[in-house]
Amino acid sequence: MLLLTPPLAWFVVVYFASLVLLLVTAFWTTNPFTTQIVQFWNTDNFQRLINEPTYHAIIGRTVLIASLVTITDAVLAFPFAYFMARVASRRIQTLLFAAVLLPLWASYLARVYAWILILNHSGVLNWSMHLVGLPPANIGYTNIAMWIVFSYIWLPFMIIPTYAALERVPESLIEAATDLGARRWQTVRDVVLPLALPGVVAGSIFTFSLTLGDFITPILVGGAGSTLIGNVVYDNVGIANNVPFAAALATVPVAIMAVYLLIAQRLGAFRAL
Amino acid sequence: MKFGAVAALAMLLVAACGSTNPNTGNTLAPPPTANLKPPDKIGAGEGQLNLIAWEGYVDDSWAKAFTQQTGCVVNAKYAGSSDEMTSLMKDGGGGQYDMVSASGDADLRLIYGGDVKPMNEKLIPDYTNFQTYFKTPPYNTINGIHYGISLQWGPNVLLYNTTKFKIAPTSWSAVYDSSNKGIVTAYDYAITIADAALYLSKSQPSLGIKDPYELTKKQFDATVALLTQQRQLIKKYWGLASDEISQFQNGDAYIGAAWPYQTIQLKAAGAPVADTIPSEGATGWGDTWMLATKAPHPNCAYLWTAYVSTPQVQAAQALFFGETPVNTKACAQMDASSPGSCAQYHADAPGSYFDTIKFWKTPVTTCADGSQSCIPYDQWVSAWTAIKG
Repeated sequence: MLLLTPPLAWFVVVYFASLVLLLVTAFWTTNPFTTQIVQFWNTDNFQRLINEPTYHAIIGRTVLIASLVTITDAVLAFPFAYFMARVASRRIQTLLFAAVLLPLWASYLARVYAWILILNHSGVLNWSMHLVGLPPANIGYTNIAMWIVFSYIWLPFMIIPTYAALERVPESLIEAATDLGARRWQTVRDVVLPLALPGVVAGSIFTFSLTLGDFITPILVGGAGSTLIGNVVYDNVGIANNVPFAAALATVPVAIMAVYLLIAQRLGAFRAL
Repeated sequence: MKFGAVAALAMLLVAACGSTNPNTGNTLAPPPTANLKPPDKIGAGEGQLNLIAWEGYVDDSWAKAFTQQTGCVVNAKYAGSSDEMTSLMKDGGGGQYDMVSASGDADLRLIYGGDVKPMNEKLIPDYTNFQTYFKTPPYNTINGIHYGISLQWGPNVLLYNTTKFKIAPTSWSAVYDSSNKGIVTAYDYAITIADAALYLSKSQPSLGIKDPYELTKKQFDATVALLTQQRQLIKKYWGLASDEISQFQNGDAYIGAAWPYQTIQLKAAGAPVADTIPSEGATGWGDTWMLATKAPHPNCAYLWTAYVSTPQVQAAQALFFGETPVNTKACAQMDASSPGSCAQYHADAPGSYFDTIKFWKTPVTTCADGSQSCIPYDQWVSAWTAIKG
């Protein structure tokens, strides 16, 4: 118990206190001219969020992109993790593990910039398409580019929990299914998939929440009309110096994640972590 | 279910206790530091000087010599935007920083926020050699009191690709023209609204826009509508100068507002570009060294301001950053190190030239005629978020 006190105190002070402060700040306001924070209690910031269609569109876009990225990553990660956990030899498994983690060694920025070089007007993608006689794709600086890059960046965070869940599926259950006459696909669908689902949901917590709060990828690969919640928060803190409004907006992802985690908990994601 | 109930209750509360902000953000009262008397002479240096500056404004090539001459060790904190400077001054204004190289759009916020105090221009020997406009520009001089000493300036030019546009565009209409869909870029910053307002002041005189930073509700709405239309033409806004440079290099943009810095960099890289100031004129930025109200090293601050106002340092900084000195004596120095640069940067411009440039300043509620009907900066920021979508 005594050993637990320092980490617990740290958690309460740093983690919890900052969240409370965030919520409190959201009910303050700033002097619109000098941008100094005025401790005047009001709900104007939340009213702005509720009344202005711009913010509805931005929140909707953010949730949509985060969902698309999560689904894409789940679809990509499952077969990969399945192969790693249940098919590949020990040696290949280690190699694949290194391959999955390798991108995480490189800077986030360098990896996003690499995608700019691929997707932009005179980039590798258009160049290759020209080579085989296809018209240019021109998806640089669009929401599609953002979706591709997010899916790429967060993929390892989906593969690893999925792999962990798949590895824990007892071999005996699969043998039992085979004994009872289930075909390979049927076994995967009816036995492996339900048992691995908590792993996928755990991975989705990462992919979803990381996309929900990101602002760097939209700045770099997004175009006009690619503003996410993170960008508006960043603009309000760094540019407008309107911390109270940024705090109000920042409670939106917190609320979305609270709902998401509740659902994830029902699906047993926390047992898979 | 329980969560839903809590959320519904929260929404209800928000709707029920709506209220209005008691602050209006006007400039009716004089700045809080207006009565602080600046010193009559510069005392001995304190040995240290803490600056908030644009990157490249405190380069070793001239800062080193300053330390040798005065014994003031220069510590610079670089900021990326006017607003970052404003928040640094607020958070560190309790005696951490001495000076800030603020642009015109931050100045009034700093002055009326009480973060900076009056300076004595008589302690800056080169002040008498400044371009007349920059002795008392409206963004740093109020009621004859100087809240800082002008440093450098630059126009926001129209940059274009010369293979796509064989003839130089003569109007800003090129960046609002739907035939240029997909090849336009613009600066990702609320102050860009002023660029559109400047264009409308000439193309739609019926709106009656006199100053692009003082817009009534009707003028502001028309400007925002123009920019919302423009968004359809834009593939990507640029936030950093380097973003725009790579867009022009990669063919993701062929035309858009820029700083002379981008033109210089692109030309140096061999890109087919040129820039122009269209017939409507242009917006521009003028930077000022401002003295923090609680500056711990005021003597070093005055020594620094005098030093960076000298023709040598003015010319060195102008060439290093790609901007224009306010000291008219710097022209010869510029041409000595880079022939033709004085004319290229308009450092020898006649006074009338400055009438075509509308320098950045903080939009405030108080209009020039004293009425309280102009749209203040915080609304510019939210409008800009809405424009970008």
